[in-house]
Amino acid sequence: MVKVLIPSGALGLGYDRAALARGIAQNPDIIAIDGGSTDSGPHYLGTGTSKYARGSTKAEWRELMEARAEAGVPLIIGTAGTCGADSAVDWLVDITREIAAEAGMKVKLAVLKSGQRPDALSDALGQGKITPLNPAPEISDDVLSSCSNIVALAGAEQIQAALDTGADIVIAGRTTDTAIISALPLAKGCHAGGAWHGAKIGECGALATTAPNSGTILIEFDAEGFTITPMGAEARATPHTVSAHMLYENSNPDVLYEPGGHLDVSRSHYTALDDRTVRVTGSEWIVSDRYTVKLEGARLAGFQTVSLVTVRDPRYVENIRAWCDDIVTKATAKAEARVGDGFEIELRLIGLDATLGGLDTAAKAGTEVGVLGMVTAPTEALSREVAKVLNPYLLHHPLTEEEEMPTFAFPFSPPEVSRGAVYEFCLNHVLELDDPMDAFALRVEELGA
Amino acid sequence: MSKLGDIAVKVRSKNAGPFWLTVDIFCGTPEVYAQVCAAVTSTRVAALFKADPAVVDRYEMASLSVLKLSLPRPSIQGTRQDRDMHGASFAALVAELDV
Repeated sequence: MVKVLIPSGALGLGYDRAALARGIAQNPDIIAIDGGSTDSGPHYLGTGTSKYARGSTKAEWRELMEARAEAGVPLIIGTAGTCGADSAVDWLVDITREIAAEAGMKVKLAVLKSGQRPDALSDALGQGKITPLNPAPEISDDVLSSCSNIVALAGAEQIQAALDTGADIVIAGRTTDTAIISALPLAKGCHAGGAWHGAKIGECGALATTAPNSGTILIEFDAEGFTITPMGAEARATPHTVSAHMLYENSNPDVLYEPGGHLDVSRSHYTALDDRTVRVTGSEWIVSDRYTVKLEGARLAGFQTVSLVTVRDPRYVENIRAWCDDIVTKATAKAEARVGDGFEIELRLIGLDATLGGLDTAAKAGTEVGVLGMVTAPTEALSREVAKVLNPYLLHHPLTEEEEMPTFAFPFSPPEVSRGAVYEFCLNHVLELDDPMDAFALRVEELGA
Repeated sequence: MSKLGDIAVKVRSKNAGPFWLTVDIFCGTPEVYAQVCAAVTSTRVAALFKADPAVVDRYEMASLSVLKLSLPRPSIQGTRQDRDMHGASFAALVAELDV
């Protein structure tokens, strides 16, 4: 039997300290926590940075390092620094060194990196080893070399290699959310379907229970399946909360693709052992013919400057679309005459259909509308320049030529804010590997030695 | 005529990675589930998203009284055209379907 303690769905989200302490008292074999996901958008992979602040991350990570030392078991984090790029891994390694030095901890640290070199991927593309998933953007050598970061999602094999070093702490770059949980149970011979299924149920911490904010859960893996026990005092796992979690952020509720195979839960059995503990058996792991890892890449998509104006005059609110269309036409023409083309001006109508755009079937304006101006251009200077051309229109543009010049409400001075570089995801592909470690780099360092 | 959001316990939409959107309709009871499965056709959902019905994956999960529909995101997450980074607001569009 292997017990995996999961403090929360992600480092930086916080967790219930009492629940974590109860988990440590259960003598887990490993503590596993996720460090990120793509869900916050392409900025983090594009820049190779973390979503969470350094101070908060350090405070939470220090508590987990202390919990690990107390339990005397390995601590592993996957997708370090939100995106799992090499620079984000370095960021967390740096924080870890700092904590170890401050606390006088002696730690053996394994660092697994997932960053990919564009030239190596170009070779793989030429050899037919990169396959598109559905839907996939077109890729080429140019697309690969335009990415500021490309990562491959490590699976259980790479995590096992890191654990095999005897490390106290493993900091991994991009991994699948599940691999950091399934790796040890799989290495110890637990049921493969149960290992991956339990990992999927556990990857969001207590989200698969009745008290999602309680964070900490314990999953026990064995030869037939797994058992989930929430550590929060009020949290309960029920067959419904556990089986329903397969729906969460998963396009197919029965199947989960991982490096080396896929999980099928269509024949899983969910049994309540008591009113808060659920046992799951019957999950299946199907080994694939090829060993593939998923790729994620982000590249620069331009520079953006945004402006915000609010419109309260009832006649303008009533005619807001015509007003905005006229502004886009006139500001675009003026900016093109002054600085040339290559930029784009978009106005989104907050209070009307900013969220759903053309898909909205119920859009109707209230007493006011916020107009969000977005200028995207190939350089930061051009995006600022065009936003400044747009500015007087947002402030003063009249609906008709005959009326006195109106003035609208800018909440800020200056009204335009540069968002800097903006990024886009540009890979939805898998990379075939002869050996699981081929695309990954593992090293060990001793802290406080 | 009721709206789907009035008869279902919850309609949820989320990203399933940067390229996919998944919509979970929690019906609560087998009766509502049967009504929802009949009324919420993949064609109607595709029309809401101006998508081809062929790209909508449909999962009828009677044991949970959940109808799940997954489709490629209207625009890839975080691109300039994207309006909702986490994809959760698309649920409102589905919840407003007449059933």
